[in-house]
Amino acid sequence: MYVAVKGGEKAIDNAHAWLKALRRGDPSVPDLGLEQIGQQLALAVDRVMTEGSLYDRDLAALAIKQARGDLIEAIFLLRAYRTTLPRFGVSEPLDTARMSLKRRISATFKDLPGGQLLGPTFDYTHRLLDFTLAAEGEMPAPAPESEPQDEGPVPRVADLLGDQGLIERSAADSGEAAAEAPVSDITRDSLRLPAERDLRLQMLARGDEGFLLALAYSTQRGYGNNHPFAGEIRCGQVAVAFTPEELGFEIEIGEIEVTECQMVNQFAGSDEAPPQFTRGYGLSFGQSERKAMSMALVDRALRAAELGEESSAPANDAEFVLYHCDNVQATGFTEHLKLPHYVDFQSELTLLRRLRAEFFAKRTQAEEKEAAE
Amino acid sequence: MTAASRLSEQGYTYAYLDEQTKRMIRRALLKAVAIPGYQVPFGSREMPMPYGWGTGGVQVTAAIIGPSDVLKVIDQGADDTTNAVSIRKFFAATAEVATTTATERASIVQTRHRVPETPLQEGQILVLQVPIPEPLRWLEARESETRKMHALEEYGVMHVSLYEDLARFGRIAKTYDYPVLVEGRYLMRPSPIPKFDNPKLDKSPALMLFGAGRERRIYALPPYTRVESLAFEDHPFEVETWEQCCALCGATDSFLDEVIMDDRGGRMFTCSDTDYCNQRQAAQGKPNPDTLGGKA
Repeated sequence: MYVAVKGGEKAIDNAHAWLKALRRGDPSVPDLGLEQIGQQLALAVDRVMTEGSLYDRDLAALAIKQARGDLIEAIFLLRAYRTTLPRFGVSEPLDTARMSLKRRISATFKDLPGGQLLGPTFDYTHRLLDFTLAAEGEMPAPAPESEPQDEGPVPRVADLLGDQGLIERSAADSGEAAAEAPVSDITRDSLRLPAERDLRLQMLARGDEGFLLALAYSTQRGYGNNHPFAGEIRCGQVAVAFTPEELGFEIEIGEIEVTECQMVNQFAGSDEAPPQFTRGYGLSFGQSERKAMSMALVDRALRAAELGEESSAPANDAEFVLYHCDNVQATGFTEHLKLPHYVDFQSELTLLRRLRAEFFAKRTQAEEKEAAE
Repeated sequence: MTAASRLSEQGYTYAYLDEQTKRMIRRALLKAVAIPGYQVPFGSREMPMPYGWGTGGVQVTAAIIGPSDVLKVIDQGADDTTNAVSIRKFFAATAEVATTTATERASIVQTRHRVPETPLQEGQILVLQVPIPEPLRWLEARESETRKMHALEEYGVMHVSLYEDLARFGRIAKTYDYPVLVEGRYLMRPSPIPKFDNPKLDKSPALMLFGAGRERRIYALPPYTRVESLAFEDHPFEVETWEQCCALCGATDSFLDEVIMDDRGGRMFTCSDTDYCNQRQAAQGKPNPDTLGGKA
C-alpha cells in the first residue's frame, strides 16, 4: 500500500537501465556512429550546436545519439556540458564578408557583385519521398564542380545599400565607441530589461527554432508587420580570430560554418531620421537557414518601439519573446509538472472540500427554510 | 568505484560548478542575506538537471556545501521521492558528502515544497527550490513592472487579491505559496510550501536560502527574521487542519498526505514528512527504515 512512493532509488536505476537498452535498440542492427550522425544528420547537428550555444560537431552528434534523436534533449545535454567549460574571452567580430561561400542568395537584386550562389538547398526540390534511399540507397552521382571564382571577399548586400545611405548603419560600423563597448553575456548574467540589442540577439541566437519561426510567421500575417525582404542569406566557412591578452595581437583559431541572414525592412523615417531601410539580423551555426531567417524577422520586430513604430504585437514584446524563447528553460518548466505535487494538491483538496461542505450546508439550510415556509 | 571518482576523473570540479560560478553565487547569497526577502538576480547556469526541477536549489547548495557537510534532500517532505533521490545522488557523487534522512543530523537540508516538521536549529541551512520567485507574478506578468512595485513597496494589489477571495469564498483561497511580508518590508513568495509551513519561517533559528534557477533569482531569510503571513484583522491567518491523524505514527501535528487505497473511496492519511513519521514510529517500537547515513 504505502510502498507506492517508496523505492524511488531503485526505480530510477531500473528506468535508466531500460532507457539505455531502448536507446541502443535491437543489437542485431548496427550501432549508429557519431560520424554517421555528423555526416548524414548534419542539419540536426547544426541545430543542436546553434541552440546549445556550442560549436562542436562531435559533441553535438554524441548528444543527438544519447538523446535518441530528441533534439531539445540533445540541446540540453550540450548546454549542461557547456557550462562546465572555462571561458577564455570574446573573439573578434566575424567578418562574414570574407566568408568562403557555400550558398549566397539575395531576394532584393537579380544580380549583384559575387553573384547568386544557390548551393546545397532543399529549395526547389520536389518533396517526393525518395524510395531509393530506403532500398539501401545507391551512391548519388558526384555533384558537378566548377572552377572556383576569384577568391576576393563578396560584399554583403546590406553594405552595398549602406554605401549609398539607403539602409541604417548597424552598431558595429557606426563608430569606434560602439565597436569597443563590452559585449554582454547572457550565459553569465541574468536578463535585465530593457535588454539592449546585443543581449536580445544572443537570446534569439540560442532561442528555439520553432518558437521563433512561429513568431516570425506571425509578423508576416499582420501581428506586427515590418515589410521584410530577404536582403541576403549566406552560408559558408568563416574564420574565427581571437586576441589573447598576453599576445596583444589577433590570431586565427579556426573556421566555423555559419548562416547569416540580413533582412531589409521598410522604414518611413521620422522627424530626426531620413527615410531609409532598416535591418533585422540573424546568425546561426552550420546551415540553419530557417532559424537565421526567423531570428532576423524577430530581431527587427523587437526594434519596433525604438523606431517609433506601433509595437503591440506579441513579436514586438521583448519581455514576452526573450523570457519564453529558450527551449531548455521552457521544456524544463513545462515538464516539471511531472514531478510530485502531492503537498500542494493536498492543500487544494483540503480547501476544496471545505468550500464544498460550506456550499452544500448553505443549500440544505435554504431548502429547509423553504420547506418550513 | 563510486560515481564520485568517475565524475572528478572526467574533469568536473567539486560540487559540479566551477569556482568562479560558486563565487558569483556566494556574492548573490551575501546580498540576499543582507536584504532579507529581496530577490537578487544572479547568473544562473545550466545544470545537468532540467530547469524547474530544482536547479536554483542545486546551485545554492553547490555554492555552500563542503566535504564536512551532511546533506538531506526532500521533495514533498519525503526523502525517497524520485527527484529527491536524484539530487541527493548528484551531491553524493560530485561533492562527496555524507547524506542523511534525519533532519536533526543534517547541516544542509535541500527541499522542494515542504519545511521539515522537526524544528530546525541554529547552524542548519534550509535550501528551498523555487519555481517562480515573484509573489506578484499572477497579478502582474511583467518583471519590469514587478521590480518597480517592490522598489516602491506597492503591495496593494496583493491585499486586494486576498480580499477578493474573502468576498467570493468567505475565506482566503490561497493554500500554498501563501505570500509573506519579510521584516515588514519585502513581499516574498515562500516557494510553494503549504501555508501550513509558513509559521515555521517566522524567526527560525536556521538560515533559509531560496534559489530560482530558471528565473535567475536568489533570496534569503537570515536566522530570526520576522516573517508574517498576510491576513486581515478580522480574518487572521490560519493553517490547514485534518480530522484524521497519521495512520502510521498517529501524529496530529504534521502535514498529512492523502493516499488513495482502492477505487471505492478508501483512503488513508500519512505524514508527508517521512523522517518525522519514521522517527515517531521508531519511538513506538515499530521498525525504522532509515537506510541512508554514511557516505552514499
